[in-house]
This record gives sequence, C-alpha cells and structure tokens, in this order.
Amino acid sequence: MAVLTFNEAACKGCRLCVEACPKKILDLDTSRVNAKGYNPVLCSDMNTCTACAICARVCPDSVIKVEKGAAA
Amino acid sequence: MAAKVIYEKSRGLKDNPLTYCPGCSHGTIHKLVAESLVELDVLERTIAVAPVGCSVLAYNYFNCDGIQAAHGRAPAVATGIKRVCPDKIVFAYQGDGDLASIGTAEIIHAAHRGENFTVIFVNNAIYGMTGGQMAPTTLINQKTTTSPYGRFEETTGKPLLVSEMLATIPGAAYIERVSVHDHAHILKAKRAIKKAFEYQVEGKGFCMVEVLAACPIGWNVLPVDSMKFVRDQMMPYYPLGVYKDRANIGGKGGAL
Amino acid sequence: MSKKVLMKGNEVIAEAAIQAGCKAFFGYPITPQNEIPEYMSAHIERRNGIFVQAESEVAAINMCYGAAATGARVMTSSSSPGMALKQEGISYMSGADLPVLMVNVSRCGPGLGGILPAQGDYFMATRGGGNGDYRTPVFAPAYIQECSDLVFHSFDIAEKYRTPVMILLDGMLGQMMEPVEIRPTPPIEADKSWVVDGNTDKRPPNIVNSLSLLGDVLEQQNLIRFEKYAEIERTECMVENTVKDGDEIAVVAYGVPARIVSNAIEELSAEGIRAGLIRPITLWPFPYDVFQNLPASVKHVLVAELSMGQMVEDVKLGVNGKYPVHFYGRCGGMVFDPSEIADKVREIIKGHTPAEPVPRNGKPSDRCTKHTKGGAQ
Repeated sequence: MAVLTFNEAACKGCRLCVEACPKKILDLDTSRVNAKGYNPVLCSDMNTCTACAICARVCPDSVIKVEKGAAA
Repeated sequence: MAAKVIYEKSRGLKDNPLTYCPGCSHGTIHKLVAESLVELDVLERTIAVAPVGCSVLAYNYFNCDGIQAAHGRAPAVATGIKRVCPDKIVFAYQGDGDLASIGTAEIIHAAHRGENFTVIFVNNAIYGMTGGQMAPTTLINQKTTTSPYGRFEETTGKPLLVSEMLATIPGAAYIERVSVHDHAHILKAKRAIKKAFEYQVEGKGFCMVEVLAACPIGWNVLPVDSMKFVRDQMMPYYPLGVYKDRANIGGKGGAL
Repeated sequence: MSKKVLMKGNEVIAEAAIQAGCKAFFGYPITPQNEIPEYMSAHIERRNGIFVQAESEVAAINMCYGAAATGARVMTSSSSPGMALKQEGISYMSGADLPVLMVNVSRCGPGLGGILPAQGDYFMATRGGGNGDYRTPVFAPAYIQECSDLVFHSFDIAEKYRTPVMILLDGMLGQMMEPVEIRPTPPIEADKSWVVDGNTDKRPPNIVNSLSLLGDVLEQQNLIRFEKYAEIERTECMVENTVKDGDEIAVVAYGVPARIVSNAIEELSAEGIRAGLIRPITLWPFPYDVFQNLPASVKHVLVAELSMGQMVEDVKLGVNGKYPVHFYGRCGGMVFDPSEIADKVREIIKGHTPAEPVPRNGKPSDRCTKHTKGGAQ
C-alpha cells in the first residue's frame, strides 16, 4: 500500500498537489492552520492512493514523501 | 517488507524551508536542479551562484557551496569560479530581471566565450522580489506595477526571447526552453536540466535552460490559475523546445 | 648579484603579480594600463594561471569576485573610468570579505577625460565609489621598484585581512621604464576555511555573500569589519617622511609627483630654503599622525597633487589646524615641474600667499596658480 508523509510545517496551501492528484484524494484541511498560517494539505483516502508521486513532484516545497510497499 | 521510497525531498536541498510565496515555481525548479546534481553524483563538487531577485537566498537552499552575485553578474562570477576550478560543477541560477535586463552583457559573453557552466534561467515575466514590476519578458498587455495599464509594444518593445537570442551565439552548446506548469512538463524540464549538467560534466561548454515559471503573487492570481497563465499566455509566445544542441562538439564529445 | 632589469611600470606590476602567485587575472582594455593585461595574456597562462579579457570592467571585477571566493590569488587592473565601473564589485567584495588586488593606472577626468596622468581618483580610491560602509587599503608607489614590492605586499594584506586592496598609480609610472629587481616574498599563510571551491565531501557547504537582511546581524558584521579596518589603521600605515629639524615647510605629495617635489626641495635648499617631503605610501590608511609630530621649525604645509585638491582634505584632517595648509595642483593631464613647486614654496615662505587658500567658489585659476605656465623655463 502507499504511504504519504506530509512535512506539514513546510506546506503553503498552494493547492498545486490538490489539483494535480489524478485520484482527487488530496485537499486542504480548512479546520487547521500550520505555523506559517496556511491550511495544510491532507489525504482523505489513503487506500485509493497509487503512490504515483505526481503530488510530490508538483509540490514546490518538497512537503510530500511518497512510499510504497507493505509497512512493517 | 520495508516500504520503498518513491519520492522524497532531495538531499541536494538543505533542510531550510523555502521562503518563496505559495505556488512559486522557484521551489519546483530548485528541486529539479538538486535532483539532477544528486543523480549525476556531482553535488559535493558543485558551486551554486545565486542572483539578485527572489532566488537571492538560493545558497540557503542548495546543499552545496554557494555564492551570491551582484544583480545580473552571475555569469561573470561563475566564469571566475569555473576558470579557477575547472573540475568543479558551477551553475548560475538567474531570474528574468537579472539575466534578461541588467545582466544581458554578462550572459551573452559567457555564452560567447563558451564558458563550461550551466545557467538556469527562470522566466516568470515579472520582477518578483521588488514587487511585481515589468520585466523585459513581460507579455504584451500584461499588467504589472510599472505597466499598470498593460505593457505597450510602442514604448517598451516586445518580450525578449532569450533562448532564441542565445542560440545564435556560436559558443552556446545547449539551449532549451521548458516549463514547470504541470507534472508532465516538470518531468521534461528535469530531463533538460539534467542534460545541461551532463554537458558541463563532459566539458561541452555553455548550457542554459530557460524555465517558464509562475509568479502567482506577482501576477495577482491563485497558484493553480498561475499555472494556466503559463500554459495559455506564456507558452504561445515562448515556444518550448531545444534551440541549440551541439551534442557532438567539445570536451569528450559524443551524442547524448 | 643584482638581478636588475629595465622594465615598464605596468609590465613590472604584471610580472610581480605572477611571481606573487596570482592565479587569475581578469581585465578589460583601457589606456594607459593596457600593458598589464597584454603582459598577462602573454605570460600567465604559460605559468599555470588564468587570463580572461572580460566584456566590461563590471564583468571583470565580478569575475574577480567569483575567483577570489575559491581562495585563489586574483587580480584586475584598469584606469579611472574603468575603476568607476568596478565600484559595484569592490563594494560587494568588501561586503563578502574577499581578497583581491586591483590596480588603477589612473588618467585624467572627469568623464572620459583624457589618457594623460592625473591624481583625480584619490577620493574614489580612498573613500570608495561603492555603496555602504567599507574601506579599501590603497598603496601609492612612486618608483617602479616600489610598484614591484607593493604587489607582493598588497596580495599579503588582501589575504591577511580578507579585503580588496588597491594599488593606485598614474599613467606616468605605468608607462615609464626604470631598473627594477623583482624580489618575491613568500605568500603569507592565510586562513582559507571559508572558501567556496566545491569540496563539500570534506566539509559542510560554505557561503560567500554580502546579503544580510536582519539589521542587528548586518550591524554586527559591519562592526567586526570595522575592527579589522581599525587594525589596518594601527599597523599597516606607510609613509616616507624626510622632514628634518630646521625645515620650514613640509611638502606633501604621493606617487610620481612626490619625486618632482623632491627635485623642487633640492632646488630650494641650494638657495637656503629648507623644506621636507611627506610622501604617503598608503593613502588609506592615511598617515594622519605624521602631521602632529613634525619638528618645531615647520611653519607651513603645502600639498601638491595632480588634481584640483583631494588628498589636501586628508592632510587638513591630520594637521587639524596646527599649520596653514596650502595647495598647489595641476590637472587635465598637465604635470607640474619642480620649478612650479619651488615658486609656490617661495611665495608661501615670503608670505605672499593667503594661508587658507583657495576659496571654494574660486575660479579654477585661483586654485591652480600659474595655471598656464609651460614646462620649460
């Protein structure tokens, strides 16, 4: 299974990953702000994620780490 | 079974958070440069030359030696470094105000001499750091803080086509224009940037990759819309593609 | 055994620089310094150095900035209007604490001016035309032997204090020939832990820059840099002082004009007028103290410059009201001969010249007395 890890402190809420995700499972968490004052990104449905890493590649701030394979 | 890392922040970048605005393309381009340096295994012998502009602090982001150049002079500074340290990898990272306006002499003559370093030219059609003034690359009718009614060709000319211009210089080995407005183009931009460093490793001479980039805050649009501006407004005027590729000349030679 | 050879000033500077271990030279053609880049182009690459003819003086100084950041000994040369263009880079190198040797074989101005010798660049050299708080050590040779010796010394000073250093001479010294022995001295052991030479497999990345966006940090950096400048003022000042007890007047001049003044002093001594020479060799730091320690016999100070009067302001700071300070200058490329200086001294001694000279609003002819006097008598 895919695992996304967000370096939330670096997220600037630009939505580029949200728009780029082919599965449309990313969105900004409007219930919270990070230390910079932005709504950080979150994944609403990890089971649907294919670890394509498009979100990570379009993120200017290297917020997202993408892993695939069974976690121990 | 341990999880396999598909993508993570490049070790070619320091841990420092980027100070760029939300959605700014500089971060994306930084990543491509950093990944290329790591993949080519040259990071530890690389010297980055930062410009004046939004990326003035680039030396805080690239995980290699860094030096900050006066406005427009990065190609001259890079010349000084590379001539003394020919076995090191040197790149100048410049914006369009820096390279296409105040630094035209330095970039043209670095190409003219065929200096064996790499230039990453970030074209976002505006002066970002100083607050969104008109650049030589600003599009016709584009509103900026110094063209509040839009850029008029009659008094300010047409946007400067830097890649086309530099491709006419015999000393230039590789000139390509790319964009980073979406995932597919980011992948293509990565290939171009990596190639520009490969050519330097092989001693082929002057390489420049012009990257069409978004400045959402300077353009007064949302980041997502800024990417559409690059695609719909910039790319028609600034066609993507390879403008010069002397793959078989200089250094060790050989086509790539 | 003497190893003296007959060489031109500009070529001596270039050869001395190569022997001092100059790794890279970046220049741009401008008269009357062209022999320096020409000599470099012929010789430095054959001795494992780098020569680049830049597209402009601005580019040349920025190439120096990059090359110096790698820890190499680097150098540029130019002449007055070209040095004006280099001010951006000099300010940056000062802000980034980079050691670079710059040679200004000056000519007359302002503007394009002319190619004849002049000393109108004193302010630009000692005050700097670049932005911000910085100082530049400036050496002013008067002899070709001194040109050579000061090249070795300047590189050492630049590296010891991590600062740009200037050698300021005029076209006369650059163009004339004299017997000279180039006497290399071993380079000082300088700290190079700060360089950006792309060796981060052995150490953490270094950064060379002059940017500092936080006020308290930048202030602290400037304060540290000015401690360095204070140390230079304390220890690196150089002056030739021939003023002896019994001399009535001290004549102050630097560079080749100081040699003309020496001839005038000889001429005057034959008729019983006693004068001595003060020749600053460092223009910054300026030898202010000399003027507080002159013999009691001294009643006047005369400053002779090939300018409308620039160093005279430093002399007044040194004199600090203790003596009347007189001025004699020629400009536009005109060079005074010894008799003009001697005549000026005679006037002063006889009291014919107002002590506080030259009203600021005076015509040029008021300042440059005997303006139209020819070279021959």
